[in-house]
Amino acid sequence: MLDKIKDFASEFFVTGDPLVLGAQVSIGLSIVAIIFALTFFKKWKWLWTEWLTSVDHKKIGIMYIIASILMLFRGGVDALLMRVQLAAPQLDFLHAEHYNQIFTTHGVIMILFMAMPLMFGLFNIVVPLQIGARDVAFPFLNSLSFWMFFFGAMLFNVSFVIGGSPDAGWLAYPPLSELSGSPGLGQDFYIWGIQISGIGSLATGINFIVTILKMRAPGMKLMQMPMFVWSVLSSCITIIFAFPILTVTLFLLFLDRYLGAHFFTLDGGGNPMMYINLIWMWGHPEVYIVVLPAFGIFSEVVSAFSKKKLFGYKSMVFALMSISFFSFFTWAHHFFTMGSGADVNAFFAITTMLIAIPTGVKVFNWLFTMYRGRITFSTPMMWAVAFIPCFVVGGMTGVMLSVAPADFQFHNSYFLIAHFHQVLIGGVVFGYFAGLYYWWPKMFGFRLHEGIGKWAFWFWNIGFYVCFMPQYALGLMGMTRRVNAYDFDMGWQPLNVVSTVGAFLMGLAFIFQVWQIAHSIKFYKKEKDGDAWDGRTLEWSIPSPAPLYNFARLPRVTSQDDWWERKQRRAKGEPEEPLAPLEPIHMPKNSGIPFIMSVCWFTAGFGFVWDWKWMIVLGLAGVIACMLARSFSYDTDYYIPVDEIERTEAALRGTK
Amino acid sequence: MAHATTKSAAGAHGGGHGAGHAGGHHEEHHDQESLKTFGFWLFLITDVILFGTLFATFVVLRLNTDGGPTGAELIELNGIIASTFILLTSSFTSGVAVLEMNKGNKRGLILWLAITALLGAAFIYLEVTEFIHLVHEGATIGTSAYWSAFFTLVGTHGLHVSVGLVWMVALMLQLSRRGITPVTTRKVNIISLYWHFLDVVWIFVFTIVYLMGVM
Repeated sequence: MLDKIKDFASEFFVTGDPLVLGAQVSIGLSIVAIIFALTFFKKWKWLWTEWLTSVDHKKIGIMYIIASILMLFRGGVDALLMRVQLAAPQLDFLHAEHYNQIFTTHGVIMILFMAMPLMFGLFNIVVPLQIGARDVAFPFLNSLSFWMFFFGAMLFNVSFVIGGSPDAGWLAYPPLSELSGSPGLGQDFYIWGIQISGIGSLATGINFIVTILKMRAPGMKLMQMPMFVWSVLSSCITIIFAFPILTVTLFLLFLDRYLGAHFFTLDGGGNPMMYINLIWMWGHPEVYIVVLPAFGIFSEVVSAFSKKKLFGYKSMVFALMSISFFSFFTWAHHFFTMGSGADVNAFFAITTMLIAIPTGVKVFNWLFTMYRGRITFSTPMMWAVAFIPCFVVGGMTGVMLSVAPADFQFHNSYFLIAHFHQVLIGGVVFGYFAGLYYWWPKMFGFRLHEGIGKWAFWFWNIGFYVCFMPQYALGLMGMTRRVNAYDFDMGWQPLNVVSTVGAFLMGLAFIFQVWQIAHSIKFYKKEKDGDAWDGRTLEWSIPSPAPLYNFARLPRVTSQDDWWERKQRRAKGEPEEPLAPLEPIHMPKNSGIPFIMSVCWFTAGFGFVWDWKWMIVLGLAGVIACMLARSFSYDTDYYIPVDEIERTEAALRGTK
Repeated sequence: MAHATTKSAAGAHGGGHGAGHAGGHHEEHHDQESLKTFGFWLFLITDVILFGTLFATFVVLRLNTDGGPTGAELIELNGIIASTFILLTSSFTSGVAVLEMNKGNKRGLILWLAITALLGAAFIYLEVTEFIHLVHEGATIGTSAYWSAFFTLVGTHGLHVSVGLVWMVALMLQLSRRGITPVTTRKVNIISLYWHFLDVVWIFVFTIVYLMGVM
């Protein structure tokens, strides 16, 4: 009996690696600590009723952001481990297999479990407030999206200590990712982790399109929406067209591995190249999905901190929409070397270059918005300003990569690595940081310490250039991606050492940010006015943090930057519209079904990974039961009575 | 189009946005239902992409039989033509169910939904029979790329129909308990949309997989 358990455990847990053992011990200890703390402080019920079952978009947004910051930490540690290995490959810090696992999980985590949830977190917190709505269109589905993401991410992450990490690259190209190339369980964790969270992302896409198109405050025309809302709309439209392709592609790979199908295998008539086409039909739009909202954030921040209306509003909308359209016609530029022929390559090269045009339009719009503005360099604005040169360089190297004949030289080299890190860090991460700093007071009702934030900013920026500029040169010197070792006589070591120093500077910057948050909590100073930055859009017209129902009275919008215009009119002493009487507010009830259903998905996914039939059946039966339970429940909403609204408002605004 | 399906509900609030600005709980409820219908249309778009990807996969792999059996050798069209007519008829009966609902006839609605579900079940029965036949003839999902793509595409459609069946039964129970309300009206409208959608997808399956592949 004991031997059986031992055998099982040695197969179940990843063994024989001191780094992993350390992680196992610390994960075990932190779980025990969390359970102890929750029990000791009697917080289980609070956790369940206030957070796990919440359908409030503001709380869901905060949970997304917390999860994404944890994932940023894990992805960042992965990156630092790789950089240590590459600075001194002679030390054999990471052996080849471990290195493969780490670059795979670094990529997946940073894109799917860091950038995506950070983006969804900002969608959730900001969009309903900016359009003057009380929640998203489908609050229940919103909660389900979050928990699907969360448990998908957990399923993926658990592979690190149980069963083994995936190691076939972040997009898992076959035939390597097939059973023949990756017989271990890591690849199955990859498939199910991403699949489950991907369904959540798809639902979020639908949810926000409906929210934006149908739930705007009375009077707000499409062309009066804040630019961030436009960017969310374009991103969500891209999501609903791109994510089903990912779902199918991963499902086909699963069939290959689980039922012995022959979609992407080398034998049986399968075609691995088809996988690469399919995955990039999702993968390329995906990078625009994450960067478009960052463009929206920059538009908000630049205009707010320049005290000017956004320059070229219409061209900005047009640029966002055309990027989301063109993003579907560039996928083959990821594999010009595949051998599709000159005509195909020429088509995709041209579409790729075309997409630089609307992007360029935006850059000029931001510059012209700043031109002759009264600029204040608060932290959000600093991130926005730092983004522009960084993204321009990243974009230009992208245009270099789009030249198909030249790409044969750049393909899969460190030049490419430097390029996409520059657009993803310089574009997406800087953008979301700008957004996080900008909307932080709105989320939590207090400001972050500016001084420490500036230290973090400079460490991030300097670290970034020190880390990635040498990589362009390394790429041109012939260093290819995904190598864990090279000979000293290649001459790559000095630049790699520099690059590693840069990576650690960014790591330090992250610590500064953690310190900044901790410091600001310790010296908590309640934000008195909801309008932290003298903002322009509706979210600044209500108290921080916003009450459950957001707006006691739905605002009536008459122009773009409506809140700013209202403040201008107020300053001029123009008479304001009389306040309409309060009415009971219709709100959705909390529900535990999204959480339970996602646990069931996790169970089913875990069962598929280990091929434990009983677990699969249990999980899927739970999913069906949850769906039926939801379908049969009719008592899903309630009304907040007027006197309760009055009391809340009086307390928040300090009038009584 | 979303408005057309909630005609009975939409009249009161016109083109207004947002829940509740015009006051009145009754109206808000209708607005919620039209949001859900619109959301379902968007879901159908994602399902179109899902099937589109599967069709593309099938078309790319249609000749990759790896020296094994081809579709033309094993597939018997007679059963397929029968199941096509059954599914098309079920689309018609689901339309009749919606008409009965608009007349306010609860019993007629449930009856026609039940007929639709029975036809759907017959379709699934025929499909399962066909799959068993093919497996006996030596064509499984692992035989070759062609059969992988075949079983996945046709099976995904079948899975959609099966989900629809469970959903329809659940809906009949709700209707018998709660009658025709704005909420159940929306639900019937949505499932009938879903059912018509699956019918359209089947026409493509029938054309591309069976007619073009077998004849």
